Amino acid sequence: MGVTRSRLTEGRNLAPAFGRSARAVLRGIVWTAARLLGRVRVQRAQGARLAGLLGGVLAAARANGVELPEDRADTMFHLYDGGGVTALGPAVLIRKSLLDRFSLSGSYYVDMVSNASIDVVTTASPYHETRREAALGVDYVYHDSLISLSGTHSKEPDYSADSAGLDISQDVFGGMTTVSVGYTRGWDTVGKHGSPSFSAPANHWQYRLGVTQILTSRWLMSLNLESISDDGYLQSPYRVARLFGAAVPERDPSTRTSRAALLRVAGDVGSHSAVHVQYRYFWDTWGITAHTAELGYARHFGDRWLAEGTVRYYRQSHALFYSNDFTSDMTFMSRNRQLSTFWDAGPGVKASYSAGRVASRFDIKVTAGYQWLRFQYRDFTDIRTGQLYKFNANVLEFFVSAAY
Amino acid sequence: MNACRIVAGGLTAALVLAGCSIQPWVKPYERERLADPIMKFSGEPLADKHREHVFDVREASHGATGVQGGGCGCN
Repeated sequence: MGVTRSRLTEGRNLAPAFGRSARAVLRGIVWTAARLLGRVRVQRAQGARLAGLLGGVLAAARANGVELPEDRADTMFHLYDGGGVTALGPAVLIRKSLLDRFSLSGSYYVDMVSNASIDVVTTASPYHETRREAALGVDYVYHDSLISLSGTHSKEPDYSADSAGLDISQDVFGGMTTVSVGYTRGWDTVGKHGSPSFSAPANHWQYRLGVTQILTSRWLMSLNLESISDDGYLQSPYRVARLFGAAVPERDPSTRTSRAALLRVAGDVGSHSAVHVQYRYFWDTWGITAHTAELGYARHFGDRWLAEGTVRYYRQSHALFYSNDFTSDMTFMSRNRQLSTFWDAGPGVKASYSAGRVASRFDIKVTAGYQWLRFQYRDFTDIRTGQLYKFNANVLEFFVSAAY
Repeated sequence: MNACRIVAGGLTAALVLAGCSIQPWVKPYERERLADPIMKFSGEPLADKHREHVFDVREASHGATGVQGGGCGCN
């Protein structure tokens, strides 16, 4: 990598630059916080305001400290297997810096899905389909700011999704603090098998604010907030609700606003090892609240091996319009188990092996990760047995990275 | 209300820090341990995308992880 100097390892004095940079960033914080709190109405013209904010950050930036992502090429095989669903496929990512200020990236991700989930087997026939996702991005370093533009296109037979995003990170306090803001706009089109004339839009607006703070020479923390507004066809054209045991079409609201706050702490605890703790609180206008907690421990073994163990726990409450079996006809009715009350949890492990330099240019690393999960539903039953539904799942990734 | 308190607390802390022109209390040469890969909040971009997708299509909650991806009509 050329230009990039790690904010963690390189010295510089940001004090003279701090005033204007911080004011611009704080303007961004205030504006984004207002968005997150729902005090500013969602409008489609917000891009102009965000552009103004970002311009302020750019104008204020000075010292060169943030770093471009590492040049690398990754190839991955991924697998999910659980609840009657198997999704697997390859993925590739290539990233290359240009002119010491830009970094271009492209990725391609394939999901080959064999679906015999409980929703499918109780209301339809199992099916196979493939989802393909392509993403392009460019990162640009300007003094103490890292500006990232990205776009994705995802396509499957009955669903397409496009998105465009802009993120800006800014170092302040001599590299002790990194503040970031971001915005993503998404456009989805929902289709339906066997109904070529069916086409319904779903739109998404995402607003992000994040702060990463060096606490001590051994401890880091970050706080990320995100507000997501959805509008349009947010349900499934296939799923059904149940009214007195009879199947009726699902009816979800056409708007939803969600908010999430994620706190992460990482600490070096000696012996070449570190602990990670994170907690996310989520709440939305559909009445769902959710908690996600994860605890991890990572350790080097010699110069080449790195191992990590994690435990993840998640639980959520159900949406206001969710019922396993409605006893009256409501305006909105859903039996989507993703909106029900449930928890899932499980341990995960990951191991990386650094194979060293190949062809005098590529640093090769091989990584394998596995997570076991248990899903336990509290108010969603298997209508074939009448029992509360539960299942186990396995998640696997195997990938090879080449840094150059 | 909890969200209001969290954001208000963060804003207050940021404003106080901004007004004080605080010098870095962890010097750049003291940050070597923080640069170790075991301290990263995010792991590998493709693996993060996969994990995010696995949970996004099965859990109602999403967001704030910094991982971007295309939507899907997954059931």
